[in-house]
Amino acid sequence: MTLEPFQTRIRDAAQRGVALRLRGGGTKDFYGNEPRGEVLDTRAYAGIVSYEPTELVITARCGTSLSEVERILEENGQCLPFEPPHFGAGATFGGCIAAGLSGPRAASAGALRDFVLGARIVDGRGRALGFGGQVIKNVAGYDVSRLLAGSLGTLGLLAEASLKVLPRPAEQLTLRLEMPQERALEAMQRWASQPLPLSATAWHDGELFVRLSGAAAAVRAGVAKIGGEPLDAAPWLAIREQSHAFFSASPLWRIAVPPVAAPLALPGAQLLEWGGALRWLAAAAPAGAVRDAAQRAGGHATLFRARDKSAGVFAPLAPTVARLHRGLKAAFDPVGILNPGRMYPEF
Amino acid sequence: MNALRAFLPARAVLHEEEDTRPYECDGLTAYRQLPMVVALPETEEQVQRVLQACAALGVPVVPRGAGTGLSGGALPPGDGVLLSMAKFMRVLRVDPRARVAIVQPGVRNAVISEVAAPFGLFYAPDPSSQIACTIGGNVSENSGGVHCLKYGLTLHNVLRLRGYTVEGEPIELGSEAPDAPGYDLLALAVGSEGMLMVVTEVAVKLLPLPQSARVIMASFDDVEKAGQAVAAVIAAGIIPAGLEMMDRPATHAVEQFVAAGYDLQAAAILLCESDGTPEEVDDEVARMMAVLAQAGAARMTVSRDEAERLRFWSGRKAAFPAVGRISPDYYCMDGTIPRKRLGEVLRFIAAMEKKYDLRCPNVFHAGDGNLHPLILFDANSAEELHRTELFAAEVLEKCVEVGGTITGEHGVGMEKINQMCVQFRPDELELFHSIKRVFDARGLLNPGKAVPTLARCAEYGRTRGRGVAAAHPELPRF
Ligand SMILES: Cc1cc2nc3c(=O)[nH]c(=O)nc-3n(C[C@H](O)[C@H](O)[C@H](O)COP(=O)(O)OP(=O)(O)OC[C@H]3O[C@@H](n4cnc5c(N)ncnc54)[C@H](O)[C@@H]3O)c2cc1C
Repeated sequence: MTLEPFQTRIRDAAQRGVALRLRGGGTKDFYGNEPRGEVLDTRAYAGIVSYEPTELVITARCGTSLSEVERILEENGQCLPFEPPHFGAGATFGGCIAAGLSGPRAASAGALRDFVLGARIVDGRGRALGFGGQVIKNVAGYDVSRLLAGSLGTLGLLAEASLKVLPRPAEQLTLRLEMPQERALEAMQRWASQPLPLSATAWHDGELFVRLSGAAAAVRAGVAKIGGEPLDAAPWLAIREQSHAFFSASPLWRIAVPPVAAPLALPGAQLLEWGGALRWLAAAAPAGAVRDAAQRAGGHATLFRARDKSAGVFAPLAPTVARLHRGLKAAFDPVGILNPGRMYPEF
Repeated sequence: MNALRAFLPARAVLHEEEDTRPYECDGLTAYRQLPMVVALPETEEQVQRVLQACAALGVPVVPRGAGTGLSGGALPPGDGVLLSMAKFMRVLRVDPRARVAIVQPGVRNAVISEVAAPFGLFYAPDPSSQIACTIGGNVSENSGGVHCLKYGLTLHNVLRLRGYTVEGEPIELGSEAPDAPGYDLLALAVGSEGMLMVVTEVAVKLLPLPQSARVIMASFDDVEKAGQAVAAVIAAGIIPAGLEMMDRPATHAVEQFVAAGYDLQAAAILLCESDGTPEEVDDEVARMMAVLAQAGAARMTVSRDEAERLRFWSGRKAAFPAVGRISPDYYCMDGTIPRKRLGEVLRFIAAMEKKYDLRCPNVFHAGDGNLHPLILFDANSAEELHRTELFAAEVLEKCVEVGGTITGEHGVGMEKINQMCVQFRPDELELFHSIKRVFDARGLLNPGKAVPTLARCAEYGRTRGRGVAAAHPELPRF
């Protein structure tokens, strides 16, 4: 399997100055600004390139089904520690990395970008380039593969990527407690400063869910410390995939703040994750008010799901940082044909 | 110099040779260059003005932390300013609730864990140079340590950077909130070897101190068996807090220096650490010992108390200076390889010892495949230095050939710039140069480091006559 078809397609589009919309399973079409351009479907370029459990690294092509990757890891007692959301059965490996979204375990295990080790890309000139590699430590050259994670396909087509993987935790257990938001925040901080095997937290509507993962002894000690009632049906999948009833509202804001931020005084329901660092807001509040509140708390707000995105999906960048973004876009994609506007309207 | 004197006190502008001499090299002493002038600003505003002054005059600037770098990253410009960040030594804030420390770039790595300890927290990346190296240097090199298999590299433990572009424009990358908007410029800046920005403030993540930790010292009568034991531990689903290997020449050098209690009979020893709750550690140590025994460990000793644990580690952490004691000079390599190729690479290094008639003890971050072969030589002999460089080049190129990289944590700097031509193709190098231009259009910040020009690679290809990536597009490098 070669990258030639992608390269030809991109070279041709660059020559004609035609926008390309890079797309895997389309499960994240809703995310970012409205996709536009001719669809370049990545799904034909699929398959696991290499996976050796003892090296803790998996390399796969962009079109590989994300479920397939997870299944193979599971067969070998391993996992993607950042628990990426799929948002649909068709999610691809490449789309997952390009979107850069992480799930419940990210607050303790690290986010998607933390696990990226290398990538092969096709840039906006149709050049096939490789960065990083298949080893855990590598500082040769700028860290381009991590830059590509979460770039929403605006810098290059992520053709292949290598991710670090980890063993699945031996034991896993979810506890349920009841408390208001303020006390939940305080409790999550207290636990996070202690050596407890926390692997996920979520609060909504007076209920706090805490997941512990790790060696049996550590989980047991954690349960003794945290209390609450053990749950059989844990909510994590529903939260990660947003099938939980809370997420059916629109618009949906994703507000990232330092975990110690006080409860955000905004109208509408909230669901908290990541020890309080992630606050989902379901409300038709004015965008300005949401962005201000996020900024005052030391964070930023993303308009995650909405019909009307005229307020801008991502928080505006500081002028110098915005200039660096435009410069990088031009370095990778001089004609500006790869997913133009998907992240910020001006590039 | 006059431009600097306009806003810096006289003591902060050094130009007499006796004052600038200490800055002529970093930890890679084979490369030396006296800077035209050394600037030692004390405030962010002074840093900004130094940069503005240099930009206005078109003079190159090289930032420097503690100068412990091992790749010549802080090698000064002969025609420019060495910007020492040594005065930026303040811990600005430790927030135990948020588990964050805000520090200036000249703060030494070990100090962060010291100030966090009263809160039951620590800063995880622990390079062996941690009592001397600065967090600014760590950020610029993406430094690792003996515990990074479990806790990650600098990249994974830094939340936000503040600093200036070479033109003196303030920038802030990352955030104490997760997922800062836009591209992950923080990831780009970490490990950029002082070529994209000057860092003036760093927010790092603090982690809860594990309640207890114990380390197993396991002896093997064969180096490759030790390598296979590492794979076996990981195959058993265990991620040790630390997993290090030293071969016999290395343990012998160390033992004379620090008396760490290493088994001097062993062909190689592994240090395999577990941390967590006491029950967890007991359980994991038992499992690790079973796996290691199965993998052929000849002897095993488990640290009985904290003093013994630290003593076992002290030897590993002192490995470079210890080797420095048994040889006038040593040259530290830093390639990373897929672990399964360890045997092959060690055999290759042994063959190179014969070919170049130089000794080469090995220390190895075994858990993450990062090798530190240390070539012993005498820098007073130009011929021996030359042989050493050829030896090192062959080993690094071997690392690339087996699917690894020329540098795992020490950076490219000046030292490995030729081997960049082996690891990357011209198009990739060109993209690196374009990234550099986005941040530094005129190439004034730490110029000439880390990314070779295509002309240099062409020249290197001619002199080496092999191995250059462009000539071997079929090599699996990614
Ligand atoms: C005995 C010994 C053991 C070592 N062990 C390890 C180890 O275990 N792991 C490891 O990773 N490394 C190790 N090193 C290498 C070295 O200590 C690290 O690379 C360290 O991070 C360098 O820090 P420094 O403050 O000395 O930086 P310097 O050497 O002064 O500079 C390093 C680079 O960072 C840039 N820089 C410094 N400060 C700034 C700033 N504020 N803004 C922008 N750029 C800046 C410089 O321009 C240069 O390119 C070891 C070195 C020695 C001598």
